[in-house]
Parts: sequence; structure tokens; C-alpha cells
Amino acid sequence: MRAVPATGHGGGRASLEPDIAVLDQDPPAGGTDVLRINDLRVEFRFPRYSVEVLAGIDLSVGSGEIVGIVGESGSGKSVTALSIVGLLQRPGFVTGGRIDFAGTDLLEVGADEMRAIRGNRISMIFQNPRASLNPVFSVGKVLREVLRVHSGLRGGAATARAVELLADVGLFDPNAVLRRYPHQLSGGMAQRVMIALALASSPQLLLADEPTTALDVTIQYQIIQLLSRLRQERNLAQIVITHNLGVIAELCDRVAVMYAGTILEEAPVERIFDAPRHPYTQGLLAARARTELTGRLESIPGQVPDMRNRPPGCPFSPRCPHAGDVCRTANPAMEAVEPRHRVACHRWTELA
Amino acid sequence: MSEPLLDVIGLEKRYAVRSGVFRHRDLVAADDVSLTLSAGETLALVGESGSGKSTVGRCILRLEAPSGGCVRLDGTDITELEESDVRRLRPEMQMVYQEPLESLNPRHRVGKLVAEPLVLHGIVGKTEVRNRVVELFQLVGLGEEHVDRYAHALSGGQQQRVGIARALATNPKLLILDEPTSALDVSVEAQILNLLRDLQRRLRLAYLFISHDLAVVSMLADRVAVMYLGQIVETGPTRDVLSNSFHPYTRALVSATPVDHPRQKKLRIALTGEPASPIDPPAHCRLVPRCPYAEPVCSAVAAELLPIDSCRSTRCVRFQQEHCDGIWDPGGDVPIQDTVIRSTESEVNELKLND
Amino acid sequence: MPTSLPYMREKATSFFHWCRRNPVTALGFGIILGLGILGILAPLIAPYDPYALNPRERMQAPSWNHLFGTGIFGEDIFSRVLHGIRIDFGIGIGAVVIGLFTGSTVGIIAGYYGGKIDEIFMRLMDIVAAFPGFILAMAIAGVLGPSIPNLIIAIAFVNVPVYARLSRSRFLVIRNSLYAMAARGVGASDFRILTWHLLPNSLAPIFVQSTLQCGWAILDAAGLSFIGLGVHLPTPEWGVMIGLGVPRIITGQWWISFFPGLAIAVTVMGFNLIGDGLQDLLDPKRR
Repeated sequence: MRAVPATGHGGGRASLEPDIAVLDQDPPAGGTDVLRINDLRVEFRFPRYSVEVLAGIDLSVGSGEIVGIVGESGSGKSVTALSIVGLLQRPGFVTGGRIDFAGTDLLEVGADEMRAIRGNRISMIFQNPRASLNPVFSVGKVLREVLRVHSGLRGGAATARAVELLADVGLFDPNAVLRRYPHQLSGGMAQRVMIALALASSPQLLLADEPTTALDVTIQYQIIQLLSRLRQERNLAQIVITHNLGVIAELCDRVAVMYAGTILEEAPVERIFDAPRHPYTQGLLAARARTELTGRLESIPGQVPDMRNRPPGCPFSPRCPHAGDVCRTANPAMEAVEPRHRVACHRWTELA
Repeated sequence: MSEPLLDVIGLEKRYAVRSGVFRHRDLVAADDVSLTLSAGETLALVGESGSGKSTVGRCILRLEAPSGGCVRLDGTDITELEESDVRRLRPEMQMVYQEPLESLNPRHRVGKLVAEPLVLHGIVGKTEVRNRVVELFQLVGLGEEHVDRYAHALSGGQQQRVGIARALATNPKLLILDEPTSALDVSVEAQILNLLRDLQRRLRLAYLFISHDLAVVSMLADRVAVMYLGQIVETGPTRDVLSNSFHPYTRALVSATPVDHPRQKKLRIALTGEPASPIDPPAHCRLVPRCPYAEPVCSAVAAELLPIDSCRSTRCVRFQQEHCDGIWDPGGDVPIQDTVIRSTESEVNELKLND
Repeated sequence: MPTSLPYMREKATSFFHWCRRNPVTALGFGIILGLGILGILAPLIAPYDPYALNPRERMQAPSWNHLFGTGIFGEDIFSRVLHGIRIDFGIGIGAVVIGLFTGSTVGIIAGYYGGKIDEIFMRLMDIVAAFPGFILAMAIAGVLGPSIPNLIIAIAFVNVPVYARLSRSRFLVIRNSLYAMAARGVGASDFRILTWHLLPNSLAPIFVQSTLQCGWAILDAAGLSFIGLGVHLPTPEWGVMIGLGVPRIITGQWWISFFPGLAIAVTVMGFNLIGDGLQDLLDPKRR
């Protein structure tokens, strides 16, 4: 089990019973936030139509905090990550909002500055680690190059630091790994190498887009442990994007549930699992297969919506068992259930 | 027990791998795989990538030719049959694939694809085909409006429903489900799992459910067989195997499966490193390099899958030798009291599951 | 069949939108379609008999009477270029169809069965492809003797390796596709998998290639005729017409070879524009 992190720095999840007092010891949102997203809007523009894929996202990440974004395909969770690091490709365009990172609005900075931030202070790892490594360079070459650019290390010093980093992410025999090429790495090793690359510049924020989806369960658990350790040892803030609620339960302090380009609910992880307020969150939790469960699952009827035909009102209303008239017409606003627990549902008070 | 529907005995699949100009080495994808499956029952074949679980599924269906062992379906040894005779047996056993989109020909309407087995095996008359297709679509929860679509115009869940309809077209007795939900969203996965459950009840299907996801397995399977590097390392009733595993690998798999709830506490057994190469594997236990419980004896004796009690067996050498002394006591609080095999070599051979 | 009117309309609309998104490809389609119609209607719209000689009006510059001028025997170049569409399109498309059929049969068999069959077939193809295409076509046309069918055979033969390689590489990929395995799983025979499952999926790149090849085949046909190994006078074939006019370029009668040359250039361009754009249209996932 995870060790209990030292109190003081926010985000470390206490392993005590989840009473509000404990949660309130976390620093209030704002002051120490590493990243703060306000009303982020993204549109995909096609010749004949455009689609709003992010319809106003609000999210913040505190220092040393791991925030999970959970959602199904097409929910816009990856687009959120790509917008943060300025890697959103055409036909995607950011149409509004702010992304505050250490006092700068990432949406306002120029391409060069963004590149400097992206390599140095925000790092990202992806679902398919082997595909994100250039096949013609050995691990050592890539890692030394990153170290040269970011820390000005060369020669023996760079190699020494590279070995240190590889050992730090839990690779046995880092000297041998340095000489390997991506195709000689297993998926788990490649993901560790990607994490070492991400750490080379001592970032303040790590974005992990489905970091364990392509990996086997035993390897997935190793990576989860590694990310969790990085939070404790380096106080590294992380955004973990996943569709797997188990990964969320293992790793995250706080969760944002995304659906059709909006955040429907956001709360500390135990709140989400103990007292989900949004019918979608409830449905998602009931729908997943669990080891202690036999019998039918409570599935959510219908399909994940096509972004081109976004339903009016609450995006979940066509599949929602509690949807009323107001849900099908008006977009629900984010309301605070209690401090740090927000939900976008017209009927959450009635349903509670 | 009456004659099982499917009886696999000592199935083996090797691929020749080029390792140098003239040298070939064997990649052992499946080795000494034995399992049985009765009508209406679900057996889960669990393992990680490279464990050979999909290969076993394909060998059973004769989509790949096994290198050794035999597969009996309803008493007929299908490993010996000619390709044309296998084709005649195809209606009996069908497969649902992991990637629904890739398993459906992109150039034909899905209705045509579901009709294909009906036509090939002459199951219904020409005029009846369309009606039967619509019936099958309704059986899996699709409407008539989906019949004339192309696969790429359907959502992932709908594609997998088409895959299931196509597999059911021939009224099979056995369905091999190769990770049928691992490419789907959580909410859709639940729909498909429920559908598979309901179909099994209605049609008394036998499922060989290939998966890496223990949570899904525990919901659907009566029994499990855990595979590691081409071998079955443990079998038994799902609940028993998952809650009280005899083999360290099973235990590691259970412990690595993410918790259901953030407050849930779990015994964690971490395997170090990655699976060894499946090329020229050793005769002894293949988990030795990663196993936290490995002892010299583990690399000294050949690891055989031996029955521990009437319905469970394991390949763990230490368990077979020690567990009655309470040394090998998983979890600590569940004492194991069943029959024990503590044995000389000859006794062991007598008890070999596959003989 | 469900392929009723709404379905056709849907297809037509999607084609229309596709044209708007790919104006260049649409231009290619326009050119080839336009030329094709002109070719079909040539006997009706050509102002003169393409074979008629008129010694009194030799080598006249383009005018309203003779849009493209007249040639050295007083023949009307415009009428001959129009009739030439029939000849050149016929040779080009004929050569491509024969080459396509032979080549892809070879490639499909090699690609599907692999092993020794693959080795033998593809080494034969390598031998054919080892010769420069045009030179080989010259040799074949020379041996067979000058005539339109022989010209078609010569050009088709040269193109066989192109289609064989293309269809083989495509088949090597798709024979291992999951849907091919799934088809085997429901009990389909080799032949059925080949024809019903794999062939439709391999046609797209082959079809694209064949439209590109149409342009080159016409160019080859004209080239062979130009050097006297193909079609002979008085057939209104573009290559022959260019050959006839070449000595006159320096004496100032440029139009005799210019207009047939232009016709070839426009045709080849049209086919290539189509070929480049077809890939998108034929990919079912991007429709």
C-alpha cells in the first residue's frame, strides 16, 4: 500500500477515514496551484462545420497533487492535455479561456516560449511509449541530448546523470538500457524511459495521457507505484488521464469526470467513489467490472455521444435515467456540493 | 461428469524464429495446455500479453495449426482433420475478436457479414437469410436499421454486437471470446458483458473467455486457467483461485489488479522485471527470475501442472511440496486443508492431470 | 437490394462534396470525362473527315476553318486530334486493363499463397522489370509488328510487374488481416476469402495505380508510334501526328505537332490528377 505522505504539502492523500477536516488541511485551491485552467474552450474546425470539443473546462492542480481526468473516448480528456502543452493540432483551435501556469497564461505565450516551458517545466508521457521514442536513436543518445539542452550537461556528467535518472525510474542495469534502441525495450521499460526523459528537466508538472493503458497489469502496477513515488519524493504535480477507474483509485488525489467535452463532476478521489453526485459518475462506477462482484452490471444505456450531434442541455441527458425537461434544454452550471466537490447537474439535490 | 464439450490435451504451438543465417530457434507460444469445457460453462483463460492465451484460442479453432497435442470437440479430434472437414465443423465453434472493427471487412455491409455464415453453411434458405439476419441483430440488441451499415459507421459497442451476431449465426455450442471488451469504453463494456451473460443463459453456450482483466473474468467465468509464458500455471473455480491463489503468479496478478475503491487495502506482491523470453524456455518454473518466493528447488525440478484437490491444480513446485506445512499460506488467514500431494516422482506422475 | 434511390443520392451528394474539397482531382475528372465525351462524339463534331486529304489546303495555320490548322497533306488537325482520342484512349485503357488483369492475378496468387510460388512469380516479374520499360516495349512491338493490338500487348506486358508487385504487397498485408481470419473462422474457403473478402480491399490502390498508368500508357503508345513501331499512317494517332509534324517545326508550321502534343499532355495530366486524388475517395474510412 502507498505510504502516507508527509503532511504539509497539499495533495498527499491521507489514508485516514475521509472526513472533511482532513480534506480541508489541503491548501485551499488558488494559492499554491501549479496549474489553473479557466473556461478552456476548444473547437475542431472542418470545412463545412465545426465542433466544440471542449465546452469550458475549469480545473486546477495543486503542487504535489495528482489529478485524474477520467472519461470515455471522445470526452475531450486528451484534447485538454494537448491544449495545456500547446500541442493541439489542426483542425483543433483553442477558442477561449486561460491556462495559468506559474503566473503565465500558456495560451498567450509564443511558440518558442511554449517549447521552452514544455520541455523544461511541463513534461508529458503518452499511451504508447515505444511509438513516442525515435527508433533510430539509442536511449542514451536521446537522454543525453535532453540533458544537454535542459541542463547543459555534456560528456561524462551527462552519462552519469542519465544513469541516475534511469535508476531512479526503477530500471535495472541502467548502463545497459542506455545502449538499447526503442525496439529492444518492452512496453514497461519504454514507459519508464519516457518517464526518465520527462524527469530530465525537473518539471513541476507531468501530464500522463493513458500512461498504463497499453501495458500489462503487473507492469501497470509498477508504473502506478513509480508515479506515486515521484509525487512523494519530488512533490511532482501530475495530471493523469485515463479511462480506468482502478488507476484513478490507486493513484489520484482528486478526480475530474469528463463527458462530451465538459467536466461533469470534480471531487477528491474518495468522495467520487463514496458519494458520487452526478448520474454519469454513478453509472460509470456501477458499470465497471469489479473483482468482488458477480452478476449483472448496471450498464449505462446508449452510446458515447458523437461530438457532431451534441445534445442540447446537459450532454448526458439522452442517457441519463433521471433526466427531466430542464436537463434537455438548459446546460447545468457547476455547483459546489461541499468545498472541493463540484457537480454539473440540475437535479443533484433532488437525487442526493 | 459426462463427456465435456471441449477437451484440450497437451496443446502445443511453436513458431520457428530465425536467429542467425541458418539457425532456427523455437518460440514456444503454448506448451502443455490442457483444459476442458462443458456446455453452458465459462472458462476464463487469463494472462498477460505474450502468455499465449490468444494462440490457444486460435489453435482450438484451427485458425492456426497446433504443433502438438489434441483438441476434441464433442469427442472428435479436430487436430487430425483436413481443412475441408474443419470447415464443416466451424458452425459448432465460433470466435469473437478483440478488435471488432478490424475483424469486420470494411467493404461489406455488416448485414452481409452476418449473413455470410448462414449462406456458407446453408443454415437457412436464400429467401430467409435477410429475416434471420434481422433476428440475429435483434438478439444482440441491434435494430434493423444497422443491417445495411458499414462497420466503420457503427460505434465500438455496436461493432462488437455485430461480431457476436456473426458468431451466433451458425448456432454454435462453443464461443471463444478473445478479449471481447478490452477495446471498449467502460459503459459499453458493461453492456457487452451483460449481453454475453444473457446469451449464455438463453442459448446454453460454452464460453472460453480469453482476458487479462481479472475484474471482468470474475464477473463472467465459472472457472479460470491462468497462463504465464505459454503454460497454464493454475486452474480452479474463479472465486477460489482469485481469493486464495496457489501460484505466486496468480497472486501477483490479483495484487496488481487496481483496487475497486481508493480505501481498499490489498496484499501487494510485486513481480520484479518483465516476463522472460518465450524462446527456448527452461523446463523448470518460468516465473523463477521474477518470483519473490523462488528458491533453489524451483530451478532444479521440472514444473508440472498437478492437481491439488478435486477441482484445483497448480504448477508451483514449492506449493506442491510445502503448503501442507503451512509455510505456503497465501494471505495468512486462510489455512489450506485440502488434500495434499507430497510426493516422490512416481506418485506425481500418476497424478498428472493430463494422463 | 437496399441500394435504392436514397442510397444513390447519398453517394452522389458525397461525390459532390468530395469534388468541392478536392478541386484539383475534380479537374482531372473533368478533363478525362470531357475528352472521353469528345472522343465518343468525334464523328459528329469533327468538321472534316480525319482521313480526308486536301492538297489545296496544305499546312495552313490555325483559323476558324481549321481550328488547329492543317497538316502536310492538307488534313484537318482538329478532326484528327478528336478522332485520336478514340485511338489513344483505346490503346491506353486497353493496355492498362490487360496489364492490370494479368499483373494482379500474378500478384494475388503470389501474395496469397507465398512460399515457392511467390518466389518464382516475383523473380519472373523482376526479370521483366529489369529492362527499361520503353525499350522493352520497343522490342516487343518490333517483334510482333506494328498494329494496334500488338501495341496494346507490348505496353500491357511492360506494366505487368507494376501491378503484380502492387497487388502482391497489398495481399501480403491483408491476408493477415483480422477480418480474413474471422472469415476463415466462420467457415469461408480460400477462394471465397480471396474473392469476396480480400479482392475488394486490394482494389483501391491498384485502381489508383491503374489511372496513373493510363496516362503513361498513352504516352508510351504515342512514343512507340512516333518512332514508327506502333500505329501507322494514316491512322489519326497522336504520336504519329507529332512525328509527322516534327520536321516542320523549324520551318514554322508548329501547329502540326503542337496540338496532338498538347492533347497528350492534357490527357496524361488528367489521369494523374485523378490518380492522386482517388486514394481518398476509395478509402472507405474517409468517405
